[in-house]
Amino acid sequence: MFLKINNATKSFDNEFEVFSDLDLTIEENQFVSLLGPSGCGKSTLLSMVAGLESVTEGSIELDRQKITKAGPDRGMVFQQPSLFPWLNVKENVMFPIKKQKDAEERAEKFLKMVHLSRFQNNYTHELSGGMQQRVAIARALAMDPKVLLMDEPFGALDEQTRHILHEELMKIWQETQKTILFVTHSIQEAIKLSDRVVVMGTRPGRIIADFHIDIPRPRKRDDEEVIKLERKVMDLLEGEINKVLKEELSHEGIY
Amino acid sequence: MKVFIKRLLFLLAIMGIWQIVYYSNVFPDIAFPSLIQVFGSLINGFSDGDLIKALVASFKHLIIGLSLALVIGTVIGVILGKSTQADETAGMYLIALQSIPSIVWVPLSILIFGFTEFAVVFVVALGGTFVMALNVRSAIHNVPPQLVRAARTMGTSGFSLFYRVEVPSSVPYFITGIRLAWAFSWRALMAGEFLSNGPGLGYSLRFAQDYARMDQVIGIIMIIGVIGAVVDQLVFSKLEKNVMKRWGLLKS
Repeated sequence: MFLKINNATKSFDNEFEVFSDLDLTIEENQFVSLLGPSGCGKSTLLSMVAGLESVTEGSIELDRQKITKAGPDRGMVFQQPSLFPWLNVKENVMFPIKKQKDAEERAEKFLKMVHLSRFQNNYTHELSGGMQQRVAIARALAMDPKVLLMDEPFGALDEQTRHILHEELMKIWQETQKTILFVTHSIQEAIKLSDRVVVMGTRPGRIIADFHIDIPRPRKRDDEEVIKLERKVMDLLEGEINKVLKEELSHEGIY
Repeated sequence: MKVFIKRLLFLLAIMGIWQIVYYSNVFPDIAFPSLIQVFGSLINGFSDGDLIKALVASFKHLIIGLSLALVIGTVIGVILGKSTQADETAGMYLIALQSIPSIVWVPLSILIFGFTEFAVVFVVALGGTFVMALNVRSAIHNVPPQLVRAARTMGTSGFSLFYRVEVPSSVPYFITGIRLAWAFSWRALMAGEFLSNGPGLGYSLRFAQDYARMDQVIGIIMIIGVIGAVVDQLVFSKLEKNVMKRWGLLKS
């Protein structure tokens, strides 16, 4: 297996446990979504794979190597584009590969892939939110990472832009054959894009379902199979969300 | 252009009122010179070289003092910004020191360094150091954590993270720091020179006071005001605006 999460536990200050004994294996070239309500630890898990958060217990391995810190073999795209405002678009994409000889050509290649060649000399604040996020994707791809980690990358965008970027991401994925681990709270988004949807529950955070989706792409929203699957996931998550609500309300009752 | 005309008309009106007051003889000549006397003393001062010498000396004090302030302030600011330990220990005192008016340092400086030019430079340096340090400190505290996280996922860490992300991200605050340090140093310079044994613009001002030359006093005040405004508007405001725009902090 390519990316292996073994009995991973994450707790903060050894008190609050986000999740414990979590196991997950991901094959190469797959598009896998982590789906769940807020608080289930899906973003934390992604940060752990990125090496930004430590693993309290257990281990995470990528290509048989244990992950201990952040590194360029894992590209990450955040909800916020997180581009450097003092650099122009092309310099941003070149940031992680600056020391390589072909940095400029690589940057140009990936900017072309996200259709932003025309804006390579612009500053990032001159670009729209969707364009900035495309630059962030190009920047992550330019390092040629083994896996692309995406943390609700389209969460802050408007509906139309999100749909356009879904299509672009699908094309990029088919072109580059990257393994993608994609965190989202949108059931539709997860089902539309992924080979596999891992559904996480909360309190404690854990994996409650694992769907392999082989509906042919491009997937339409009104496709019968898509709707069926959506309903199934929705029912699963509804129970989780009710659990959170109940717990919050009972806390409220104490005061 | 319209703004320029408005400003010019306003200035002419002030000058007109000035001359009316002068001719009304409400104040004695010695306390209220005419504009012609003021400009006359300025022309005299420049043509016999006294004012030029004073200006050169003042700028020398300012450049040395401000440079010291910027270097020392940046070092202190980086230390306090990077180390929580240092910040918790000394950060509060920095704010206290910043609130001390620079003229307060003059007696201390004269007692340590005597009536030397370095005593003035010392006051100028103190005037700018603390404000610079405070700005550099907030610059580092305000580096967006999101950018640091992003850089780390690209394999950047340690010193490389500092100079490729934290330093450029700090530039707008840094420029504001320089601008404020200049403004504080300029005020400190006048205070220091005023109580010094010269040379310098502040010293010339006191010299004029000692000889009851109100025309010179007003002339020198004008020079101080014009230099302050010109440097701030033409150099620092423009620089700051350009940097803010470039860093995307200003909607153009």
